[in-house]
Amino acid sequence: MWDYLKLIVLGVIAVFAAIATNYAHDLAYQVNAIVVMLAAGLTFIWTLRTMGEPKVANQGEYLDGVVRAGVIATTFWGVVGFLVGVFIAFQLAFPALNFEWSQGILNFGRLRPLHTSAVIFAFGGNALIMSAFYVVQRTSAARLWGGNLAWFVFWGWQLMIVLAATSYVLGGTQSKEYAETVWYIDWWIVVVWLAFLAVFMGTLINRKEPHIYVANWFYLSFIVTIAMLHLGNNLAIPVSIFSSQSVQVTAGVQDAMIQWWYGHNAVGFFLTAGFLGMMYYFVPKQAERPVFSYKLSIIHFWALIFLYIWAGPHHLHYTALPDWASTLGMTFSVMLWMPSWGGMINGLMTLSGAWDKLRTDPIIRMMVVSVGFYGMSTFEGPMMSIKAVNSLSHYTDWTIGHVHSGALGWNGMITFGALYFLTPRLWNRDGLYSLKLVSWHFWLATIGIVLYASSMWVTGIMEGLMWREVDANGFLVNAFADTVAAKFPMYVVRGLGGAMFLTGALIMAYNLYMTVRAQPAKAPVNANNFVPAE
Amino acid sequence: MCAKQVTKKPGAQVETTGHSWDGIEEYNNPMPRWWVWTFYACIVWAVGYMIAYPAWPLINGATPGVLGASTRADVAAEIERFDAANAEIKAQLIAAPLTSIPTDQTLMAYAEPAGGAVFRTYCAQCHGSGAAGVEGKGYPSLLDDDWLWGGTIEDIHLTITHGIRNTTDPDARYSEMPKFGVDGLLEPAQIDAVVEHVLAISGQEHDATLAVEGATVFADNCAACHMEAGEGDRTQGAPALNDAIWLYGGSREKIKETVTYARFGVMPAWAGRLTEDEIRAVAAYVHSRGGGE
Repeated sequence: MWDYLKLIVLGVIAVFAAIATNYAHDLAYQVNAIVVMLAAGLTFIWTLRTMGEPKVANQGEYLDGVVRAGVIATTFWGVVGFLVGVFIAFQLAFPALNFEWSQGILNFGRLRPLHTSAVIFAFGGNALIMSAFYVVQRTSAARLWGGNLAWFVFWGWQLMIVLAATSYVLGGTQSKEYAETVWYIDWWIVVVWLAFLAVFMGTLINRKEPHIYVANWFYLSFIVTIAMLHLGNNLAIPVSIFSSQSVQVTAGVQDAMIQWWYGHNAVGFFLTAGFLGMMYYFVPKQAERPVFSYKLSIIHFWALIFLYIWAGPHHLHYTALPDWASTLGMTFSVMLWMPSWGGMINGLMTLSGAWDKLRTDPIIRMMVVSVGFYGMSTFEGPMMSIKAVNSLSHYTDWTIGHVHSGALGWNGMITFGALYFLTPRLWNRDGLYSLKLVSWHFWLATIGIVLYASSMWVTGIMEGLMWREVDANGFLVNAFADTVAAKFPMYVVRGLGGAMFLTGALIMAYNLYMTVRAQPAKAPVNANNFVPAE
Repeated sequence: MCAKQVTKKPGAQVETTGHSWDGIEEYNNPMPRWWVWTFYACIVWAVGYMIAYPAWPLINGATPGVLGASTRADVAAEIERFDAANAEIKAQLIAAPLTSIPTDQTLMAYAEPAGGAVFRTYCAQCHGSGAAGVEGKGYPSLLDDDWLWGGTIEDIHLTITHGIRNTTDPDARYSEMPKFGVDGLLEPAQIDAVVEHVLAISGQEHDATLAVEGATVFADNCAACHMEAGEGDRTQGAPALNDAIWLYGGSREKIKETVTYARFGVMPAWAGRLTEDEIRAVAAYVHSRGGGE
């Protein structure tokens, strides 16, 4: 019965997508409609072919297939996202790379949202969904709730990524930073995200442990808040159901404020809270040490989620935003410093007592560097939110450097650590294929980040100083083009840093592939895959 | 304080909370004191700042803060300060006869940086931040004495005020080169010939026989604007063709393209967008770049 219902829904979607393809007002919408039609059609065929097969009841085992798929997707999208990032970094250094033939498709303006969405939502999103599914099962001693709903979340998310990527290069965007996806993709995200919330909550409710582990607090806050932010920031009225265009409900400074309420908390809850969830599981696991302080984890969790949500206005200092909003954004950002550092302290102090492992375990090394970059960028952030600092740093490359020390250093490194941790366990392999390659990855990535961040500090502060330089009569001294020209060498350094980071990720992909492919299976039954009988 | 925690923590004295998740336990360590106190200090500072500056929204407006600070007022005050400081010299600049400006040291001491700032903001997009133009793209260099519409400060002032071939200012400088190729005014063979002639008068490698033929074509069709010897005519904005400076490129292909399709370079009128003192300042700035007459 359920299968018949699914077939009807999929059939209706495929037919509607076919009609939409025909009536599409713009190319982005048309290509998206074709993708939806193919996705619905293929799922229809797959459902039809597997109908009537006996359902295997696996209640005694963790649902790890979807986590394995997530590991593959995270690695794949990571490499894609970094590659696009390196390319656009060189497009900035060498404008000729915005080739004539690529105008309107692969020029910087089209690829930039592709890069940010690929690394944040495809790489980061898959890492978060995958690790949340793994961690919540282990720490709740319960199988993922909802049967195949977790698989729907996985494939729904991949569909979202493909739709977003194809629409960006064809010009489909609602022009909101980190929320470029057009209205129907936004609705699809809502559906997938609510399914994600249901799977996660259902599993927590089914838990066999008396308490909810700290990692799960962070994951849950991330899922709930992202849902709220996404709904708030994407309130838009489509101009037609056959067009990708829509009109925002809010306008002007209100729209800007909502956008950065979203934008800043996407950083706060997607890239901070979610990844702290990862940190709180994988760091103590890999270090085989207890978490440093339970009390600290409670206080910094509540302080973090209470304070973060106010900090958005610091993205709009010295704009049409009223002074009072600026003040709130700045003061809450500064108060946020210690709550952010609570996570760093708990991570680093958990590792203390296992410092000897730094010599032998490159995965621990990655996690330490990750937490270190987390600490650095959560200090840098409040500092840059101070109006006097912001008047220099705003609109400069310093911001780009800040984002990347957080994204490459913290999010990237902790995700790499998790991937190295998970792959042998999920595929039941006797350790990683090569620790030496992990070391190579570690050093390439670390040096790459340092090159990236320091070159952006230099250009950021330089251009900030050049922009504001006025002579005795109050006239600007430098032309904008002069500041662009002055940045060229640092842009090349940044591109090279990115290329090193990408090379490291490729080495990781190879290492993980060889781990699955060539490593011998772990001899005894992997107790890790079974729900403890309690 | 931090070090104290580090030495204390790894010892077994600290209890765990007794919870265990997938083998992960939690120590019951207290929060590091330095962390707690820094957190408090940040909160105290934030509250102080909120009292001092505009912070909390009310029904009409927001709390103004005890310092009465306002970024808008700050900007307005700064603009006013510079306006007041420059008012006198601006008035002098407007009152002075144009031709006297380049030699007036007092005026130039102001006009040079002021005009430079205007230039880098409004003119640099086409003429380059160093005023060197973009060779071959139709944006002339302003550093040399090869002027299209004249290089006296009055000429430059007129060009900036009204622009060239725009549709917004009836007084804009205007001229139009015929599209000799696409409008069928010249046969393809004649175009090839006249191109060789232009190559010849500009001292480039050329086909001597064709060039002789092209000289007649040039005299009949081009000389009215570009003059007999190709020296150009500033009253019509017709560039000199007998030198090595080219607006759209001086290669055989580029000249042929120009003759076939013609060119129609546009410059906006700046009157209305810039004030008279700004236009005068930027005219003086351009005039002083090296080619001013």
